[in-house]
Amino acid sequence: MNRLTLISLQILVAVVTLVFWHIASTTTLIGNPKTISFFFAEPLAVGKRMVQWFMEGSIWYHLGITLTEAALAFIIGSLGGVIIGFWFARKPLLAAVFDPYVKAANALPRVVLAPIFALWLGLGIWSKVALGVTLVFFIVFFNVYQGVKEVSPAVLSNARMLGMNERQLLRHVYMPSALSWMFSSLHTSVGFAVVGAVVGEYLGSAAGLGYLIHEAESVFDVTGVFAGMFVLMGFVILVDWLVTLVENRLLVWRPRTSVISSR
Amino acid sequence: MIIARKTTRDLNEAEDVNAVELSGIHIAFPLQGGGTYEAVGETNLVVSDREFVAIVGPTGCGKSTLLNATAGLLKPAQGQVRTFAKPLSGLNKHAGYLFQQDSLMPWKTAIDNVAIGLEVAGTPRRDALEQARVWLGKVGLAAFADRYPHMLSGGQRKRVGLAQVLIRHPKILLMDEPFGPLDAQTRLIMGDLLLDLWSADRKAVMFVTHDLDEAIGLADRVIIMSAGPSSRIIGNYTIPLARPRNMADIKSEPQFHDVHREIWNALKEEVLKGYRQSEEVRP
Repeated sequence: MNRLTLISLQILVAVVTLVFWHIASTTTLIGNPKTISFFFAEPLAVGKRMVQWFMEGSIWYHLGITLTEAALAFIIGSLGGVIIGFWFARKPLLAAVFDPYVKAANALPRVVLAPIFALWLGLGIWSKVALGVTLVFFIVFFNVYQGVKEVSPAVLSNARMLGMNERQLLRHVYMPSALSWMFSSLHTSVGFAVVGAVVGEYLGSAAGLGYLIHEAESVFDVTGVFAGMFVLMGFVILVDWLVTLVENRLLVWRPRTSVISSR
Repeated sequence: MIIARKTTRDLNEAEDVNAVELSGIHIAFPLQGGGTYEAVGETNLVVSDREFVAIVGPTGCGKSTLLNATAGLLKPAQGQVRTFAKPLSGLNKHAGYLFQQDSLMPWKTAIDNVAIGLEVAGTPRRDALEQARVWLGKVGLAAFADRYPHMLSGGQRKRVGLAQVLIRHPKILLMDEPFGPLDAQTRLIMGDLLLDLWSADRKAVMFVTHDLDEAIGLADRVIIMSAGPSSRIIGNYTIPLARPRNMADIKSEPQFHDVHREIWNALKEEVLKGYRQSEEVRP
């Protein structure tokens, strides 16, 4: 199948869905349009709301807040994950001692931490950042840990025989290996950073996309909820696309086939 | 008798300094359920400076273990490793090691892989890259400098590995079945390449292989090891074939066949026993 056909078919799916949604929510073909539009909103109204948000410019503020929270969560969580992951991988005793606690902490569903973070850090952006960090940290941590552990023994012996000292091994062997594992989980960790931000906002805040959706929901403004969802969706797709660009650049040394594009 | 004759090497100014001396080496590994597995038992081996020694033996007989001990990657349970008259402690700084497995850094391009040995020793990056380019040329890969290892064929990766090791000018070259995974044609070409590069500045070489033809074609001396456990050296044959040699042509020379037949007749039983054993052990 060539690219043009594929894209046409992909667009067709969207069009059919929208048309079906529109017919269902405005005509009596499927059921009472009043009921349906109450629960599912109307596509045209949703579109209008989104246009309105972008025209007024109010949405940029909320997008900016969510983006800031997600970016901070990603940066802090990744840094922590890289440092601790490295440290644990190089100190097996430390890793063994902390192993049950790491597992326990990771087993906890992070959403329950949201109220505690709100209590500790207030309703500003930092409670959302903290929630995102707890999600991102573990993904990066486990990947870096694995990356350091799984360096091929042949590559390692070879590097030693080529005269590398410990510091040079870290820089030329362990670090690239660990980072390649981290980058291969980039989609997941960036996705979780956004999840942390939005869920945190949803549970208590005064700004951000999560807040916007929550506000609309609390007054049964289904149109607002759907509009918020679509903006969020577009936002995540955009971020994901940027991650793919970064990834292709950083992992150029990898065989193409091993890059998994799905999430 | 061609083989029993002692070698008269014409290029041995440093006769008294041996590149490698393994004396009374035993190598053992701890077993999981306690106890130890002795891979190599009582082995003495001397490799002179500028000498090319091939070590042949059945799969799993501890040939690689012997190289690892020489490289300093492994400490023998007993005995002593000496290199250029000094007892070895830590890694063998005189040795360059070409491993059996793929051991290039996959995140570095071919040229960066070759240059790294110089860079970590303090050569400025620009000079290191310049020399790396020369070495890539010597192994016939000048046009592939910016490829990553996964973009190269198995044979090309081995060439990069060879350049990576040789650029540091090690006095001892350890090679562990370096051409093992390659096809027969490529092995011949790689063998010739190795002979070419080696004859330029004759390092001491320990070349492990399971291929007797390859060993005879390349080496000054062929060492035969018995099947493990506690494998030991059971044969030591000087190869009288004249240099320079050509890997493909040498096999049609009558002398090659004489040498081959003699070694093979003497060792058939032991070698076959070894292969049988290693077949049985294999899952």
